Amino acid sequence: METLEKKMLSLAETFKDREVTGSEAVIMSLLCENVSTIFGYPGGAIMPIYDALYDYQDRIKHYLVRHEQGAIHAAQGYARVSGGVGVCFATSGPGATNLVTGIADAQIDSTPLVCITGQVPSHLLGTDAFQETDIISISMPITKWHYQVTDAREIPEVIAKAFYIANSGRPGPVLVDITKDAQNQKINFSYKKCERIRSYQPFPKPKQADLIKAAEFINNSEKPLLLFGHGVLIAQAQEELKKIIEKAEIPAAWTIMGLSALDTSHSLNVGMLGMHGNYGPNLKTNECDVLIAVGMRFDDRVTGDLKRYAKQAKIIHIEIDPAEIDKNVKTDVAINADAKIALRDLLPLIKENKHSEWLQEFKECTEKEFEMVISDELYPKSGGLKMGEVINKVSELTKGEAIVVTDVGQHQMIAMRYYNYHKIRTNVTSGGFGTMGFALPASMGSKVAKPNETVIAVIGDGGFQMTLQELGCISQYKIPVKIIILNNNFLGMVRQWQELFFEKRYSFTEMVNPDFVAISKGFGIEAEKVETREEIEGALQRMFEDKEKPYLLNIIVEKEVNVFPMVASGDSVSNIRLS
Amino acid sequence: MLSKSIYTNNLNDEEERDFTISILSENSVGMLHAVTIIFTRRKVNIESINASDSEVAGVYRYTIVIRAKRSVAEKVVKQIEKLVDVLAAFLYEQDQMHYQEIALYKMAKKNLSSNPEILTVIANHGAKILPTELDYEYFILEKTGHKNEIMNLFNDLEVYGVSEFVKSARISVSKSKRETRTLIEQLENSNFNLIDA
Repeated sequence: METLEKKMLSLAETFKDREVTGSEAVIMSLLCENVSTIFGYPGGAIMPIYDALYDYQDRIKHYLVRHEQGAIHAAQGYARVSGGVGVCFATSGPGATNLVTGIADAQIDSTPLVCITGQVPSHLLGTDAFQETDIISISMPITKWHYQVTDAREIPEVIAKAFYIANSGRPGPVLVDITKDAQNQKINFSYKKCERIRSYQPFPKPKQADLIKAAEFINNSEKPLLLFGHGVLIAQAQEELKKIIEKAEIPAAWTIMGLSALDTSHSLNVGMLGMHGNYGPNLKTNECDVLIAVGMRFDDRVTGDLKRYAKQAKIIHIEIDPAEIDKNVKTDVAINADAKIALRDLLPLIKENKHSEWLQEFKECTEKEFEMVISDELYPKSGGLKMGEVINKVSELTKGEAIVVTDVGQHQMIAMRYYNYHKIRTNVTSGGFGTMGFALPASMGSKVAKPNETVIAVIGDGGFQMTLQELGCISQYKIPVKIIILNNNFLGMVRQWQELFFEKRYSFTEMVNPDFVAISKGFGIEAEKVETREEIEGALQRMFEDKEKPYLLNIIVEKEVNVFPMVASGDSVSNIRLS
Repeated sequence: MLSKSIYTNNLNDEEERDFTISILSENSVGMLHAVTIIFTRRKVNIESINASDSEVAGVYRYTIVIRAKRSVAEKVVKQIEKLVDVLAAFLYEQDQMHYQEIALYKMAKKNLSSNPEILTVIANHGAKILPTELDYEYFILEKTGHKNEIMNLFNDLEVYGVSEFVKSARISVSKSKRETRTLIEQLENSNFNLIDA
């Protein structure tokens, strides 16, 4: 870390007092923040910045996506697996508005991004000029911070602030909109890293009294249950989490954003929370005596009906964002702090303990779920292919060590339920926003950030068609992602709801799909179609064989299958259904 | 330990009532919009809003009155405080601050001559007549007070004809002993800027 700091300082020193344009100042500022990768798409209002970038191609790799939504999801994937800040460029007007879905996604899933948009020259602001839009106002409710630069002298300071804000406290997307005249304006460059903004206090520290009270609840608990979310991954608190649950023998369950913070095969990992989560952790939420929530925000997909959620339990909430505390679930003890710091300070106050009877209850739940749901999903003997058996095979072949990037819908739930995640930061998904079309571009960004890891994009046939143009980017830059379409020719999750709650009135959910293999091959990406159980393993092996090549599998799965267990929308987690 | 907001605890959450939110913010373009959309999102109507300087140079103060349940008001204040350029946001019940509003009433001079008792009404309400040019056909009254006092005067005058009426947003000062300068110093020196200070 220190060498990186030094490198950044020396770069700032090298560039000091150089007379440059605003555009070059943008690129030099990014270099000072150690940016090596940008996803973007040029256009009129950002051309000076792209021109400046042309001279820095040896130090910054730019990926030309095929749609700005692809750029921002790629930047999100990059940020999520690396822990660093994802960077994307877009031009004004439609370029900027095409980023909006990704900005909103990054905001709700706490993903650090710096999005730089070109803007019309300042004298044209507000005149309905060509490709002018008020992207600052549009993005206001969905950015952590935003700033419009009209004077190039502000550029270094604004970019320094952007990086500090994006990746401190609860991370999030920052938008910097730069007018074309500012991009062309000459300035004397000087860069100083931002370390403090008085109106922004990103890292509140735990209070000793709260830690003591929390420890007391935990130490006296007979049926503790810990829930962990994305905050654990962001804070890199996985070791602290493990130590605490092992010391006090606390079963731990994850939100889909927290997945991969604790090895799926860890004996205290009791599984997934929420609507399509595991039977045990949902049921036991309403039976535990102490509920310890770490770095999660009690999303409605996790809690179901709040009036019937963990009412019997003492609630401990460890959370860095004060606005999340008491927002959905009233806490008995709130520790407003970074998860790593809070767990580190809590650990010495926790007594060693055993809860074997309580853990046995979870085991019984798992057995019941296995019998009624899992067994048939993973080891079907007849009928069409099940998504679960495919994921199970993928998990086996990659030894649970790949980065799995999922889209939104049934395949997402199945991938998370059945892939065995052994390494941290290997689950990338659109959790809070549920953005279809997220996975393909996000997998590109993930692979660029982690070139030595196997990156698998698992996507439904619906979501794939939302951003499939990025096959062009994958092909152009030879980004070797492994793409699996779990194709049921349906918008599967919507169809499932129609079946269960709308009397099987399948209103516009069936899809007549194109030939995905031909499309992929048209982009120069090898592909094959899989239709039978016997073909799965061979096709997967061929896909994983050449690590340097992207590959696509169109796997035809059973059309009308439901994901279970399920907590119906608005129902209590206690009423989780197994069928 | 540093805490940007102060709240009073355990107040009843059943009834909707007036809350005053006082926000200290950096002077950045678009701040007012960034603050108000937080209310829009929760569909909370703003009763009144005032933007002004504060006692510290460069720091702005927004005073916003909303009608809401306490739990909603608290959540909104936390969301406002989350804005990067907001230094602090405070939630006040009616009895936790001193507040005033100001109103102007425009009336025709001829009403005064035909209804001299208007002068008594004005005096009873503690309003005052603003100095205006002699040849104007109207006169202007100014009244400072709480909303109900201002509206009572309006009701009393309406029978004589009020040709224009305007009331300002509420402005308030808290009963707290907190000093804004001290608070800002605390923010400037806190160790909350880095993860492990």
